[in-house]
Amino acid sequence: MDARRAAELVIRNSYGRLVAYLAVRSHDVAAAEDALGDALVAALKTWPIQGLPANPEAWLLVTARRRLLDASRHSRVRAAATPALEQIARDLQTAPDMETPFPDERLKLLFICAHPTIDPAIRTPLMLQTVLGFTAADIAAAFLVSSATMGQRLVRAKSKIRDAGIPFELPAIARLPSRLEAVLEAIYAAYNRGWDSFGGADVAPVALADEAIWLARLCVELLPQAAEARGLLALMLYCEARHLARRSPTGAYVPLSQQNTALWSVPLLQEAEDQLLRASRLKQLGRFQLEAAIQSVHAQRASVGVTDWQALVQLYSGLVQIAPTLGAWVGRAAAIAQAYSPTQGLEALDNLPLNKIKTYQPYWALRGHLLAEVQQCDEARACYSQAIELSTDAAVRRFLTEQMAEC
Amino acid sequence: MQYAIMVYESEQEFAKRNDATHQEAYWGAYQAYSQALAAAGVAAGGTALHPPHTSTTLWLEEGHRKVQDGPYADTKEQLGGMFIVEVPNLDVALDWAARCPAASTGRVEVRPLLPMNAG
Repeated sequence: MDARRAAELVIRNSYGRLVAYLAVRSHDVAAAEDALGDALVAALKTWPIQGLPANPEAWLLVTARRRLLDASRHSRVRAAATPALEQIARDLQTAPDMETPFPDERLKLLFICAHPTIDPAIRTPLMLQTVLGFTAADIAAAFLVSSATMGQRLVRAKSKIRDAGIPFELPAIARLPSRLEAVLEAIYAAYNRGWDSFGGADVAPVALADEAIWLARLCVELLPQAAEARGLLALMLYCEARHLARRSPTGAYVPLSQQNTALWSVPLLQEAEDQLLRASRLKQLGRFQLEAAIQSVHAQRASVGVTDWQALVQLYSGLVQIAPTLGAWVGRAAAIAQAYSPTQGLEALDNLPLNKIKTYQPYWALRGHLLAEVQQCDEARACYSQAIELSTDAAVRRFLTEQMAEC
Repeated sequence: MQYAIMVYESEQEFAKRNDATHQEAYWGAYQAYSQALAAAGVAAGGTALHPPHTSTTLWLEEGHRKVQDGPYADTKEQLGGMFIVEVPNLDVALDWAARCPAASTGRVEVRPLLPMNAG
């Protein structure tokens, strides 16, 4: 195996672990990334000549650690600014040797990325960069901003992490649930970003849905007793299982209720069921488990052929109690319409605050659909056209345009 | 690490300082807060400021001094003073900031101090 390929393999498997280890010891994420980058360059120079080291990962770690120490010694500002520098230098020097595996600090890194003092909008990009090693350009493309803007935001967030004294420790038990929720929300945001770009004109170069699932698996692995981490993993697996059924062979949008269940992935559904079951055994009900349970009810259509809408009304009613998001309220209204009547569904929609729903596409799509069912065609068309305007996905726009033409 | 816990208050809050009915409660709350900081061993300095109408803003334009009556930024809440605390990290600083009276009556900003080289 040549040096480049070996370096690539180590990086793919260990990037986040290496950055996390170095960041936790230097209290500086950007410096840890730079040092690892330097170590990689050194590896590509040295390995082809001296041959592959016995433990390439440890070689990179030791080299990066040396760079970090040099960098912190040379930085006079840092020397003045951090009385803890001595301690950091000691920590770096007493790092494990080549033989013993180094500790996995990625969980600390995830908690730092989603710290309450970090802007929620930059938490997901931070995770993608520090834990998964994506470049600012890749992340920028997925978030539809310029590469320079994304780069700037990432740099600013990392200097806040370094200079504001955000602790590089796991949160105290009392804070853990709310801190974990922030981590899971940032991961879910990555997943939704992946869905949004599905089949659209702006296909993200980064398979964000896969990466989000990978991050959730990591959380489950590192915090096996956290029910909500399993809940989120289950939720995303349920959605991912339907991936192929979301578009017809001609690329047309297929709503959930009309999807061909034979196209749903059985292994993914089974894994989702399994995770949800394990989560429920931990007896800490939460938002993500409820959302996963909702998906589980939908998934049962594959085996029993019908959807239990009354169960969905109950689950959504529970969800709006603990996480009253607009999506949950609109989902509840849709379930009520199916379980009881379109009129009752419309009544549930009427209670939502107008200033919030104005730009919320699912509200207008559902309202249009329900109004069409009760033959209020003019109003239905107005809602559909509002929904079409708010849709970013061309296939969804086509679907809604057809619906509008039928009423 | 040292942090400045900066107190931002509205005009009505500033007025309580000299208002017979609110004075005692106002200063009492800040005194209790100062004492709590001292008792926990985290107090590292700080000061109260006179209200913003006593402020003057100054800058140079082509070498000439320009002076303007009032604070620099014209915002609803103005800096009323600050506490300096010495704590292990931002989480602890935020816990102390949350206990500051201004967290309930106005806004509190927390920012790390930047130590400068003495030499």
